[in-house]
Amino acid sequence: MAREGIHVERPYERLNKDQVELIHQASMEILQDPGLISFNEEAVNIFHSHGAEVESLGGDHRSWHVKLPEQLMTSALKSVPKTVTLGARNPDNSLVMNGDQPKVYLITGSETNIWLDVEFPEYVHKSDSSKKIRVPEFKPRRGMVEDLCQSARVCEHLEMVDGFIRNVNIQDRDITPENKDVNKFFASLNNNTKHFMSGLTSLDQLDNVVRMAELIAGGKKQLADNPIISFITCLVKSPLQFVDDTTSTFIEICRRGLPVAVSSSPQAGTTAPIKEAGIMAQINAEVLAGIALGQLVKPGVPLLYGSVPVRARMDTLSDSYGAVETSQYNIDCVQMARFYGIPNYSTSGVCDSKIPGQQSSIERLFSDIVVAMSGPQYLHCAFGLLECNSVFSLLQAVLDDAHFKMIKHFLKQPRVDQTEIESVLKQIRSVVDTPQKLYISHIRPVLRSGEISGLYPFEGSGETDQVFELAFDRMEELLAKPVQHIDEETTARIFAEVPGILPRLNVYERGS
Amino acid sequence: MPENMIDQIRENVIQGRVSSDDEGMEEGMAGQPGVTELVEQALESGVPIRDIVSKGLSGGMDIVGKKFEAGEYFIPDMLASAEAVGAAMDILQPRLAKSGIKTKGTVIVATVKDDLHDIGKNIVTILLRGAGYVVKDLGNNIDTQVIVDAVRDEKPEFLGLSALLTSTMARMEDVIRSLEENGLREQGKIIIGGAPVSDEFARSIGADGYGADGFQAVAVVEALTAEET
Repeated sequence: MAREGIHVERPYERLNKDQVELIHQASMEILQDPGLISFNEEAVNIFHSHGAEVESLGGDHRSWHVKLPEQLMTSALKSVPKTVTLGARNPDNSLVMNGDQPKVYLITGSETNIWLDVEFPEYVHKSDSSKKIRVPEFKPRRGMVEDLCQSARVCEHLEMVDGFIRNVNIQDRDITPENKDVNKFFASLNNNTKHFMSGLTSLDQLDNVVRMAELIAGGKKQLADNPIISFITCLVKSPLQFVDDTTSTFIEICRRGLPVAVSSSPQAGTTAPIKEAGIMAQINAEVLAGIALGQLVKPGVPLLYGSVPVRARMDTLSDSYGAVETSQYNIDCVQMARFYGIPNYSTSGVCDSKIPGQQSSIERLFSDIVVAMSGPQYLHCAFGLLECNSVFSLLQAVLDDAHFKMIKHFLKQPRVDQTEIESVLKQIRSVVDTPQKLYISHIRPVLRSGEISGLYPFEGSGETDQVFELAFDRMEELLAKPVQHIDEETTARIFAEVPGILPRLNVYERGS
Repeated sequence: MPENMIDQIRENVIQGRVSSDDEGMEEGMAGQPGVTELVEQALESGVPIRDIVSKGLSGGMDIVGKKFEAGEYFIPDMLASAEAVGAAMDILQPRLAKSGIKTKGTVIVATVKDDLHDIGKNIVTILLRGAGYVVKDLGNNIDTQVIVDAVRDEKPEFLGLSALLTSTMARMEDVIRSLEENGLREQGKIIIGGAPVSDEFARSIGADGYGADGFQAVAVVEALTAEET
C-alpha cells in the first residue's frame, strides 16, 4: 500500500511539444560538443567502453574530456525504469512513482547547517501595561543530531510530508566524517517510518548504511523489495563536469541497485546561461549524462531525474530560490523528465527569507503552488527550510504542512459528471421550492466526506495575528507525540554490527 | 412504544432529518422516516404533544447544542436540526393551544426596504423556529408600513429587523419611529442584525437588542423572553 500523493490530472506546462523537442536536441548536441569534463576516471572508462570519445586533459588535476554520442545516450536511457518504488519502514508509507504519471509526493529537504530555535517573549505596551503581545524571537545555532531526531519525529506526524530527506547537518563534537553517515541514517530512520533519502558524506560508510537498512528491512532481499532508503548525489558540477568523489559514490550505489536521485543544480547567470532555453538545455544534458552513467553501471537501476535549477541574485550572485524564474526552470525540468518517462525529483518552497514571516510565506507558497501544479513525482518542497536551504526551522515546517493541505485540496480534480449534474439539479429544484431558499443542509454530507477544505489551522481570534503562536503550540504537540522506533532486537543488532553510531541514540539504553 | 417514538424523534432531530428524503449524519438513514413523519406517527399513536415537544424536539436540540459547543457539530448541522424542529412545530402548531401548551412566542422578521439581502434573516428564522418560536417571515425589501401593519395584526412578542447595507440600516430607525407613531412600540421587543449594525447602533435607534449572528440573535430573544416571564 503506497501513500496517496497528489494526482495532478492536467499538469501545468510551460513548454510546447516543439520546445521540449528543441531542448532535448540541444542537450544531445551539448553532450557531443562541448561534451563533459570528468574528474572521475572510472566514469570515463565506462563511457569509453560504450562508445564515448574521451581525451585526457593536462593540468594538475586528472581530468578527461568526454563526448557522448546521441546513440550512446538513447541506448543507455532505454533501460531506465519508468516506475520507481521507494519503500518505507512502515510499508504503508511507500512511494510509487511513474515517470509518465503526474502524481506528486511532498518531501522534506536539504541538509542545513543552522537550526533555528524560537521563543515567544512577552512585550508590554509602554503606556498601557494591560496591552501585551508575544513576538517570536528566532535564535540560530549549529544543528545537532538531537535536532535531526526532533525534525524526523515532527515530520513523521506532519500529514502532508510523504517522505523524509535529512534536513539537519549534524555537527555535534563527536560526529566525524567517519561516523556521520551512520548517525544521520540511524537518527532519521529510528524517528520516522516514511521513506528516507540522504546524500552520503563518505563512500567508506556506504556498506555500513546499507547493512543498517538491511537489518531494518529484514534482509537483503527485503531491502531490494522495500528500499527504505535512497540516495541523492550531485555528481555534476555545473557547467558539465563530473566530480570525482561524488561520481564514485554514485557508481557504487548504482552497483548495489538502490534508488538514487541524480541531481544537478546549475545557477542561471553564473554556472548556466541566464536564458531559460540555455539553462534548460544544459541541466537536461547534465542530468541525462548522470542517468546514462547509472544505467551503464547497472541497467535498470532505479533513478530519479533530479533537477534543482536556480537563478542568481543580481545583487550578490548567490542563489535566488525566491526568484520566479527558479520556479519556471523547475517546471520546465518536470516536463523534460516526463518527456523521457523518468520520475522527477523537483524543488519548490525554497526561499531567500532568513526567518519565518511574510517574505518566507510569499516566496515558498508561490513556488510550491506552481511547481506542484506541474506534477513532479518527488517534490523536495523545502519543509521548514529558510535562507536558501541553509537554515531549518521546525516552526516553519509546521506552517508549511498547513499550506500544503490547501495546495492538495486545490489540485483535486473537479467532480462534474452526469450523476453529479442530476444530483445538483435535484438539489437546486428542491431548495428553490423552500421558503428560506438556503442550501445549507446539503453541506453536511460534503462536509463529512472531506470534500470541503478546512479553515486555516492557525487563525487567531479577534484581530490579532496568532499564526506563529498557534503553529508553535502545534509543533510542541507534535514533538510530544510518540513515534514508532525501530524495535529493541533490531536496534541491538544495528549497534552490534554497524560501527560508529552514538550510544545516546539508542532509545532502549537511555533509561537503564 | 411512546418512549421509543420520542427517542426516534430526538435521534432524528440530532441527525437533522426533516423527512425520509434526508440523509442525516449516518449512512443508511435515507428512506427511513424523518422528524415530520415521526411526529405524525406519534400524534396518531396518542403520544402527548408535551412529550413530543419537550423530550423529543427540545431534548434533541439540547444534545445538538452540546455537540456544537464540543466542536463535533458545525453550523450546517445546527441548522439542519433546527429546520427539522421547525417543520415539526408547523405540524404541532394547530394542536398546541388545544393541549394548553403555550409557544415561546411569535417573532416577525423582515429585511428592511431597499435591501434584498436575506441569508442572515433566513438563518435566524430557522434557528428561532428550531428554538420553539413561531416565526412569521415577511421577506426582504419590506416597506415600513407593511412591517407596522404586521405588528398591529399579529401582535408578536418580537420584531426582528435585518439589513446588510449601510445605506439601508437607517430604515430600521424608520420602522421604530413608525411603530412609536402608531402606538405599537410597546407591543413587543425589537432586535436587529446584519453586517453593518452593532450593539451601539441598536441602542442609538432605540432597539431592545442586537444579534451579531444567528446564534446570538436566538440568545438575545431567549434572554428577553426570560426577562418577561
